[in-house]
Parts: sequence; structure tokens; C-alpha cells
Amino acid sequence: MALSVEEVTRIAYLARIGIGSEEAARYVKDLSDILAFVAQMNAVDTSEVEPMAHPLDLPQRLREDAVTEHNKRELFQSIAPQVEAGLYLVPKVIE
Amino acid sequence: MEWEAVIGLEIHVQLLTKSKIFSGASTAYGALPNTQACAIDLGMPGTLPVLNREAVRMAVKFGLAVNAEIAKRSVFARKNYFYPDLPKGYQISQYELPIVRGGYLTIRVDGRERRIGITRAHLEEDAGKSLHEDFHGLTGIDLNRAGTPLLEIVSEPDLRSPKEALAYMKALHQLVVYLGICDGNLQEGSFRCDANVSVRPKGEIKFGTRTEIKNVNSFRFVERALSYEIARQIEILEAGGQIVQETRLYDADLDQTRSMRSKEEAMDYRYFPDPDLLPLVLDQAFIEAVRQELPELPEAKYRRFCEQYGLKPYDAEVLTASSALADYYERVVQDSACDPKLCANWVMVELIGALNKENREITQSPVSAPQLAKLMQRIADGTLSGKLGKQVFELMWQTGKDVDALIEEEGFKQITDQGAIEQVIDQVLASHPKEIADYRAGKEKLFGFFVGQVMKATAGKANPQQVNALLKAKLKSQ
Repeated sequence: MALSVEEVTRIAYLARIGIGSEEAARYVKDLSDILAFVAQMNAVDTSEVEPMAHPLDLPQRLREDAVTEHNKRELFQSIAPQVEAGLYLVPKVIE
Repeated sequence: MEWEAVIGLEIHVQLLTKSKIFSGASTAYGALPNTQACAIDLGMPGTLPVLNREAVRMAVKFGLAVNAEIAKRSVFARKNYFYPDLPKGYQISQYELPIVRGGYLTIRVDGRERRIGITRAHLEEDAGKSLHEDFHGLTGIDLNRAGTPLLEIVSEPDLRSPKEALAYMKALHQLVVYLGICDGNLQEGSFRCDANVSVRPKGEIKFGTRTEIKNVNSFRFVERALSYEIARQIEILEAGGQIVQETRLYDADLDQTRSMRSKEEAMDYRYFPDPDLLPLVLDQAFIEAVRQELPELPEAKYRRFCEQYGLKPYDAEVLTASSALADYYERVVQDSACDPKLCANWVMVELIGALNKENREITQSPVSAPQLAKLMQRIADGTLSGKLGKQVFELMWQTGKDVDALIEEEGFKQITDQGAIEQVIDQVLASHPKEIADYRAGKEKLFGFFVGQVMKATAGKANPQQVNALLKAKLKSQ
């Protein structure tokens, strides 16, 4: 299965990765090759196999519901580009 | 043409855990911005989520309460999108394998019962909050809410009217509060509702194109928002137009829905299993242990109240609205051993009336259930008339004193002494000769006037049945 330039551009947009048109052409090839490899694996009949959610064959461990983390706002905000009134400031996202 | 609406609701229930779903930060509401956002909630590199057992237990509890299938194995997935109040660039949610599948909730509308299907319920983390005002053109981000556990409950498109949607929303709200898995506070966003709605010609089997209305977060607005949207869709279709599948926002001030600014590109969340979390595996013992904790559910309590106490459906519904109110009522019935219907009337009219007037919860009632039970007994044994009972109730409400103490102090005792009542009647009749003449001339309505005068003269304390009987006899004999 071969991807189009438009599809690659859209995937890059969804991941918020800026790529130029030259790079896009290269990614078209690389990603299409990966999909071709996947297609090869798809030829194997896996209808009887349960999909694997995780490479480790273990169940999720659970923690008790207790508050163990305390306020470290000052520490975290010391590396933030901009803060005010305890809030992290970011470029406006809606008009 | 006759149209039919098809509605499905997605409700986000904030689970009542102490700590977040994947971190040990507090979930308490109202803290100073970002003081409850730890490294995990901030999506710092090198951190790993660890699942909260209590959130899992609550999800299972819900699933059991709606007769759903509890997945022995469920998987967390990443829902990828970029927004500044979502620090990791993805929300941890469940996609293909949610923890709860299938199930139903019973609703009642206009005396008719319907089972509304529940498609699924899955665990996920909440995002933070964006504040768009007052930051000189920038947006302020508070991540205290990021990582708060949510149970997203998705209904089947089984609802057929805004009224049914409201009934479903209320029934679900009642259930999660009964279960103790949510505080049910709509103002604080603990219970949030999105509605999917489409219309189709009545009798048609295929669904029409639907729109999604975001954030219908009050019982008052869900009906109005849906009614507006249904009318809008019908108008478009009847004019030969087509519905655009889109997300719309309800504006309560204008009472209308409007299209949210269309995104440059349709969302594509690219879900995939979260490699940071292993599959959640539950054994039967865990599920059974949760089942043991289930309280009597609203539906079962409602049916029991109808049967055991002989209550009308409406009364049973009101009295089982919350488990605290139901417990209060049952305590009054048990302690007083009085007619359950009499107790129901007092709880529903006097008590709930007084609570509503002062905007109090049942748990904040100044009159306790045992106190109200004593009052019921004094009415049942004839010490107080219903009317006096109401006055005593008011005093109990204001002072917190017991009924017997108030009867003693305020002289509230009903006058049942025949001689005393007769004396008052004689006085009343003596001072109203004209009315007596009119009454005898056929103006029988004046009987009520005489009763009123007697009650007035005794400050309402005379036993009304006795007054009626004695008056009748006197008016006849004189």
C-alpha cells in the first residue's frame, strides 16, 4: 500500500511535525515501505490469535487510593517559560 | 410529516477517589491553581502512570449496578490530540476494550417505564482547565484537574424525546450518587453530559445524520437544548435541506445551539494501546467483592417503597430520590409505627418544603427523623390536630426542640374536653344571632363560619371533629 503526499502531510500535521516538500517525498517512500512490510505480515492468518496489547505478559498492578504527591508548584514552574497567578501561560488557542 | 428524535447521551462521571487515576496527587476541588498537579499529571519525561485501584473498583460497581458485563481484561489506549490543557499530547482512555460493556438503566416518563441500553463505560483521565481571559492575550492553564478519574458512560441511541433524555440523565445521576462513586455536583463539573441527536420520519428504521451537542451540564438545559436542536433539524429537513454532521454548543442565554468553529481538519485521534500501562486484569473474586458492597439500588428501593408502604408511584419516586432521604423516611415510619402514607405526606410536604425554602440537604435538617417520628405519634394519638402539628413542626424546625417539650411549653395541646368546647360554642353562638337566623333560613354555608369562629376562639386548638359534631347538634337543638 502506497501513501500519497497528501496523506503524509496530514499525518505530519496531526503529529504537529513540520516537514518540507522534499522531506515529504522521502517520508512517502519510507512510510510506504513500512506499510508494505506490514502488508507482508498481514498475509499470515491470525484469526485465532488474541491481539497483543503489550509485549509483557503481565497484568497491570494497582496502587492504593492515597494522596502521596504534594505541592511542588514552585519547582515545576521554575522551568516554565511563563507563569502568572500560579497558571502556566501559553499562546492563546481560541479566538 | 411526523418526525421522531433519536438521542444518545455520553456522560462523564467524575469518580470520587482521593487521588488521581494514575498519580498520587489530590483530586480535592477548589485548590489553588497547579498545586495538585504532580510530575505525572504534567507529563514530565520519565514518569509512569500507575492505576488507582479505587477508580477500577468504582467502575466495576457501576457496571454491576446496570447489569453490564465486566471485562476480565481491559486495555488503556492513548487518544492523541494537541491542546495545552492536555500536557502529554494524549489522553489515557480506553478504546477497543473498555471495562464495562452492555447493560441498561430503567427510566420512567409519564408513568411509562423504559429500559435504556448502555453501550459501554470506560475509564479515562480528565484534562486540565484553560482560562482565556485576563492574561494579556495569552491563555492560563491550571492542571489540577488533569488526571482526575472519569467514567465515560455511553448510552445506546434509545432515547426518543428530550423528556426521556432528561429522565435518563436524572436516573444515571441518582444511581452514581447512590453508589457513592460520584458526588453528583453539576456546578463543579462532576457530572457532564454531551448529547447526540438526529431526527427521522416516524416509522423509518435508518438513523438520520446526527449532531453532537457539547456540555449540556444541567438538568434544566438538557431538555431545552435538545428541543431546540430537534426543531432546528426538522426545519432544515422539511425545507429540503440536509443536516451537517458537526459539534454544536448550547447557549443557555440565547436558548439555541450553534456550530462550534469548524476545525481545519476533522479530528483523528489515532488511538493505540498505551505502552506505559499493562492490560487491566480482574478476577472473579475482585468482582464478587465489589458486588457485596452494592447498596440497595434506586430502582429496587422505589419498587419496595411502592409495595411495602403502599405509596403512590410519584411519592415513592420523590422519597427515593436520594438514599439519605429514603433512610430518613424509613426511620420516621419505623420509629413512629404510624401510617406510612401519613409519614410520607409529612416528609414530602412539610419537611421537603422547609428544606427547599432554606436550600438545605436532608442531611442538614434541623428536625431529625426520630423527632419527626414523635410528632407523627402525637398526631396519630390525637394530642395534636394536623393544623397544630404544622405549627409545632415550624417551632421544632426553628428551635430544634422535641415535640413533647414544645407542647408543654407552648400549650399546644389539642382541646378535646367536651365541656370546654361546648362552652366556646355557646359563646360564639350567643354573639352571632343574625348568622344563626340566616343559617336556619337555609344559608348552610354559614356552618363553616361558625367552625372558624370556634377555632379562632381556641387559637386552633379545639379538636376539629368534635367541634363539627357539637356545633351540628347545637344548631339543630337551639
